[in-house]
Amino acid sequence: MLIIPRWKAAIILLAALAGLLYAAPNLLPRQVAESLPTWLPHQQVSLGLDLQGGSHLLLEVDTAVVTRERIANLQDLVRTAFRQPQIGYTDLAARDDAVSFTLRDPARIEEARRLLREGDADAEITATPDGRFTLRYPERVLNDLRRAAVDQSIEIVRRRVDETGTKEPSVQRQGLNRILLQLPGIDDPQRVKQLLGRTAKMTFRLVDMNASIEEARRGRLPPGTELLPSEEREGGQPRQYVVQRRAMVSGDMLTNAQAGNNAQTGEWVVNFRFDSNGARRFGDVTKANVGRLFAIVLDGKVISAPVIREAILGGSGQISGSFTAQSANDLALLLRAGALPAPLNVLEERTVGPDLGSDSIRAGTIACIVGYLLICVLMVLGYGFFGLIANIALLLNLIITLAVMSVLQATLTLPGIAGLVLGLAMAVDANVLIYERIREETTLGRTPFSAVDSGFSKAFLTILDSNITTLIAAVLLYAFGSGAVRGFAVTLSIGIIASMFTAISLTRLIVVFWLKRARPAVLPI
Amino acid sequence: MFKPIRLVKKVPNLDFFRFHKLCFALSALLCLGSVVSLATQGLNFGVDFAGGILIEVRSPGPANLGDMRSKIGELNLGDVALQEFGASNDVLIRIERQDGGEQAEMAAVGAVRQALGTGYEYRRVEVVGPKVGAELVTGGILAVTLSLAGIMGYMALRFGWRAGLSGVVAILHDCLTTVGFFSVTQLQFDLNVLAAVVTIAGFSINDTVVIDDRIRENLRKYKVMPFRQLINRSINETMARTVVTNGLVFLAVFALLILGGQVLFGFAVAMTWGVVLGTYSTIYVAAPMEWYLAGRDTGNAHRHEDEAPAAAKP
Repeated sequence: MLIIPRWKAAIILLAALAGLLYAAPNLLPRQVAESLPTWLPHQQVSLGLDLQGGSHLLLEVDTAVVTRERIANLQDLVRTAFRQPQIGYTDLAARDDAVSFTLRDPARIEEARRLLREGDADAEITATPDGRFTLRYPERVLNDLRRAAVDQSIEIVRRRVDETGTKEPSVQRQGLNRILLQLPGIDDPQRVKQLLGRTAKMTFRLVDMNASIEEARRGRLPPGTELLPSEEREGGQPRQYVVQRRAMVSGDMLTNAQAGNNAQTGEWVVNFRFDSNGARRFGDVTKANVGRLFAIVLDGKVISAPVIREAILGGSGQISGSFTAQSANDLALLLRAGALPAPLNVLEERTVGPDLGSDSIRAGTIACIVGYLLICVLMVLGYGFFGLIANIALLLNLIITLAVMSVLQATLTLPGIAGLVLGLAMAVDANVLIYERIREETTLGRTPFSAVDSGFSKAFLTILDSNITTLIAAVLLYAFGSGAVRGFAVTLSIGIIASMFTAISLTRLIVVFWLKRARPAVLPI
Repeated sequence: MFKPIRLVKKVPNLDFFRFHKLCFALSALLCLGSVVSLATQGLNFGVDFAGGILIEVRSPGPANLGDMRSKIGELNLGDVALQEFGASNDVLIRIERQDGGEQAEMAAVGAVRQALGTGYEYRRVEVVGPKVGAELVTGGILAVTLSLAGIMGYMALRFGWRAGLSGVVAILHDCLTTVGFFSVTQLQFDLNVLAAVVTIAGFSINDTVVIDDRIRENLRKYKVMPFRQLINRSINETMARTVVTNGLVFLAVFALLILGGQVLFGFAVAMTWGVVLGTYSTIYVAAPMEWYLAGRDTGNAHRHEDEAPAAAKP
C-alpha cells in the first residue's frame, strides 16, 4: 500500500543526505579537502593515471633466476661437502630444478646423505642403491623462495623510486610474480625504468692471479672460479678477469654509498661504508691478501680490480671506475637502495601526459553534463511533473555514485566516466518503467493512488531482473578486465545499484508525499 | 503544468511477426557477413591486444610528418604508422610488436623518444609486451563468454530455458555484429571497445528482460491466447518504454561519441551501434525465436509457464 512508515522515510532521506555529504568534498580543491578534519567526510574520488597524468608500469620479477641460483648453490654444496671426507663422485650436473651425481663408492651412500642434509635441510635427497643421487627442492620451498624474492623486490623498487623523488608512487603486488608501479605526474618514466633495469648486486671477490686468461677463454678454469668481463678496456677489447666465485664481502653489508670526487685525481667515485659485520670481514680479507687483486663485481661485470696495498680496517672504501657524474650517482643510489633479488622486466607501460589527462576530464565532464541535460529535458517533456521527480532522483544517483566511489576510494578512469554516462541512461530506465506502468494502470481506469501503487510494485520485479543482468556483465568485466576498463565496470556497477535506491525508494517517497498533499483527481502523467 | 508529450500515445497494435522471416534472413546475413569479414580481414587490433607501441605526440607547430617518419624509420622498428588526427599538430605513432619480447619493446620506446628529440609533448605512451597482450585477449574472451553464460543462467532461472536461450542468441547476434562492424570498418579494436561489447550484451538483455517479464505476466492473464499473439501484445504494451529508454540511452552514448574525445571514440561507436542493434534484436530475434522454441502456438508456453518461478511481491 501507499503508506511508507516514518522510519523507512527517515532511512531513505538519511541515505540521500549521506550521499550528498560524502560527495561534497569533490567540489572542493584537493588541498582544501585534505585539510578538512577527519570527522568530516574529506575523501575525494581518486583519479586514475589516465585522467591525472602519470606513468603506469607493470613489472615482472624473473623468479626463475632465484630458483636457478638456489640450485647452483646446491651444486656447490656437493663439491664442498665431499671435499674434506674425500668422497668420490662423477657426473655432477645441475638441471633446471635438480642436481644429480653418482657416488664412486656406493657403500658411502648413508654418509653422503648425512653430509648433504647437514648442508641444506630443505633439499629432498633421493639415492638409488648403486649410488645415483638426485637432489631437488619441494615445490613449497621454491614457492617460498619466489614469494620472498617478489616481496623483497617490492621493497627495493619502492626504495629506488623514493630515491628519485617521485611524489606518491604506489607499488603493489599483482598476481604471483608481478609488481604494479604507478607514478603520478611522471610523463617520462625512462629514468625509473633505467634504475629498475639493473639488479645492482655488488660483491667483492678475489682475483685468481695464477690462472691464465688464455686457458680460461678455452674453458679451462681452476675450480671455484669464473671468467668475468670488466669495464676496463685493453687494446679495444674489454679486459677479462678470472675471479673466485665465492664473494668475500657483498653489497648487502653496505650502510651508505655516496658519489664523490677522488681527492687526488678528481675522478668521479663512489664512497661506501660497511656495517660492522661487513667492516670486520673486509678488514680480515684485505689483511690476509695484501698484494692481490680485489675485484668489485657488479651484476656479473668487474667494475674495477684494484691491488690491495694494505689492510683496510676502517670499514669504508671507494670504488673508482670510468664513472661520470650521472653514473656515479646512479650507482650510489642503487647501492643505497639495495640489490634486487632477481631481474625485473617491464611488461607494460602506459603513460599519459598531464595535458591529455585534463583534456580527457574536460571532454568526459562535458559529455556527462550534456547527456544528463538531454535526458532531463526529455524526461520533463515526456512525463511532466513526474519527469522532474525522475530528474532529482537521477541527479542523486550521480551524486551517490560519486559518494560511494569517494568512500571506497575507487579509482575514476576515463572509461569510468563513460560508465557514469551509461549508468545515468540505465538509471532513467527504472523511472521510465515505473511511469509507463502507472500510465497503463491509469488507462485501465484506476484512481491515482491505486495506479501509482500498482505501477511501482509491478515495475519493481522488472527493474530488478533487468538490473541484475546488466550487473552480471559489469561484475565479470571487473573480474577479467584490466586497468582502466575495471574503472568502467566499477562506476557502472555502483551506478546500477544506486539506481535501485534512487529510482525505487526515493522516487516513491517523493511521489507518495506529493500524492498525499495534492490529492489530484487525475495524475499529470 | 503542461501536458506531457507522449511519443507512443496508446498501446500500438503492430504486428511484429509480419516481417520476422525477413528479419531472420537479414540477421543471418549480418552475422554471416561479420564472420566472413572476421575470417578474411580480421580486426584492426589496438596496442592492447596486438602488443606494440602507441605514442601520441603534439608538436609546437604543424607536424612535419615526413621528417618524423624518416627519423623513426632509421631505427628499423618494422611497421610504423603515423597519423594526424584532430588538429594538425597532433600525431599518433603506432609501431608494430617488436621481436625480442618486452625488453625490445621498451628499448624501442626509448629509441623513438631519443630520435624525435625534445620539442614534442608526449601526450600518451602505451607499450604492451606480448605477454600482457596475450593475457588481455584471454581475459577478454573469458569476460564475454562468462557474461553470456551468466546472463543465460539468470534468464533461465527467472523465465525458463526458452527465454534464456533466445535471449542469449539475441545478444550473441549483437556482440557478433558489433565485432563484425569493427572488422568491416577496420576501426581500432581495443580494450574500451571490448568493454562496450560486454556492456551491449548487458544492455540488450535488459530489453529482452522487460518484454519477457510482460510475456510472463500475460501468460497468466490470457490463458488461451495464441502465443504469437501474446508475444506481439507484450511487445506492443512495452513499446512506449522501449522507445523512451532506448532513445535516451542512444542520446547519452551519442553525446559521448560527439564530445567524449578521441580515447573514448571507439567505445562510443560500439555503444551507438549496439544500442540500435540491441533494440532490433530483442524484438525481431529474441521474441520470434521464443515463439519457435515453444513450438509456436501449440500451447506449450502456457503449460510450462508454471515451471518458471512466480512473480513475488516486493
